[in-house]
Amino acid sequence: MYEVDATCRYLQHIDYFKRESSPQSRCRYNYKLCEVTPNSVYHTLHRLNRATRNKPSPKEGAPQQRASMAEEVILLDTWVSPFGMRARIALAEKGIKHEHREEDLGNKSDTLLKMNPIHKTIPVLIHNGKPVCESNNIVQYLDEVWHDKSPLLPSDPYLKAQARFWADFVDRKVFDAGRKVWVTKGEEQKSLMEEFIGHLKTLEAELGDEPYFGGEKMGYVDVTMVPIYSWFHAYEVSGNFSFESHCPKLVAWAERCMQHHSVSKALPDPEKVYQYVLQLRKRLGIE
Amino acid sequence: MANELILLDTWVSPFGMRVRIALREKGIKFEYKEEDLTNKSDLLLKMNPIHKKIPVLIHNGKPVRESGIIVQYVDEVWHDKAPLLPSEPYPRAQARFWADFVDKKIYDTGRKIWTTKGDEQKSATEEFIGYLKTLEAELGAKPYFGGEKLGYVDVTMIPFYSWFHAYEVSGNFSIESNCPKLMAWAKRCMQHESVSKTLPDPKKVYEFILQLKKRLGIE
Repeated sequence: MYEVDATCRYLQHIDYFKRESSPQSRCRYNYKLCEVTPNSVYHTLHRLNRATRNKPSPKEGAPQQRASMAEEVILLDTWVSPFGMRARIALAEKGIKHEHREEDLGNKSDTLLKMNPIHKTIPVLIHNGKPVCESNNIVQYLDEVWHDKSPLLPSDPYLKAQARFWADFVDRKVFDAGRKVWVTKGEEQKSLMEEFIGHLKTLEAELGDEPYFGGEKMGYVDVTMVPIYSWFHAYEVSGNFSFESHCPKLVAWAERCMQHHSVSKALPDPEKVYQYVLQLRKRLGIE
Repeated sequence: MANELILLDTWVSPFGMRVRIALREKGIKFEYKEEDLTNKSDLLLKMNPIHKKIPVLIHNGKPVRESGIIVQYVDEVWHDKAPLLPSEPYPRAQARFWADFVDKKIYDTGRKIWTTKGDEQKSATEEFIGYLKTLEAELGAKPYFGGEKLGYVDVTMIPFYSWFHAYEVSGNFSIESNCPKLMAWAKRCMQHESVSKTLPDPKKVYEFILQLKKRLGIE
């Protein structure tokens, strides 16, 4: 068994070295195992690592280098989609230049059908010709590739798991109940609105006294949740109530997020969203 | 570092099975606690007050919830052992996409097969087979969704193999004749001890569904 400096970033080589004991052994990064006695191995590995620290191996480019190469980023989207807004906010927060393409969901483009043949939905991020689909997946991808700019997810695995949990809650509970409100009426709609407000109160409790779900700065959960704020006016007018009276802290949080250019630019005019909803309900024959 | 791991789970849950497979693949010791979902333990209600569901992984007293999130957490903490997610962002995003596809489509449609009858059941069966064929196409000529080794999508999907017999008997159809490649993939996964030790006997799963239907008042 060999001891290796725990801070060595080539820790993954340990398993290889443990299996092979021949002095001619080489690991997959082409570092030569010169001697087999434990101390010598330690020193050899460490020396090799120091010497090669500034030279990434040919198969692995440092993410920073990759992100600064000529990047073509396209976002297929629609102005009113809260899912699309998530991607827009993440792109703006990280200052990523991109081309925004408005899709007509009644007449989907060939590009959309080719890039997302499984679901045929927006948003779709196309990065150097390769598609990434599903809004939360896109945000996580952007956060991993452009990880040095405005990180959205925590680096600690436990905190990351908590952020993912709450983003999943926003998707499966908040957005789902919110969406159903528009395709129902009467008692059923009233019941769904109550459910929706209940979920918002759960989020308020989770926020607590923090300025953002991400703590001192906007994070993954903030980006996932804030788009629905552009739909609040439509809910309030339709349901004849005020979110402020039910969840004042959450409304304050949303307004805090709106101070960020990335958010205020991504979210559409609430009055336009309301007009859109009215037309949608007419089209569906509900109103 | 002393690692205390407790998994709150039920034997028949495909979501719980994902976590068990991931932990076993990585050779991580954990304490398994079988929950009675008709009489949930105080521990479960305390550790998952929002959804009150299993699986919940309690790591040194702190809960991680939702099977996909737990598997990713385990993969990140024990990243040096049998990694499940690719290290590059683009293949990772693809793996997450397909795991999300399995989550959104397989369980809910499968459930319709054993909870409905007649035309509704027939329609659910056709939809289900359609989704399996989509997965088959994604698998292509690879031995696993993860490539040469079991990966995140394999771990996400393979638990449903223990439910295939129940779906087939309920819906009166054969998955083998519709999706032979997917069945070959499933049998390949079952060669792994982490999988064969985790998945329950398909006949027991079918009996469980029959009892559940009685309890829910479904014929």
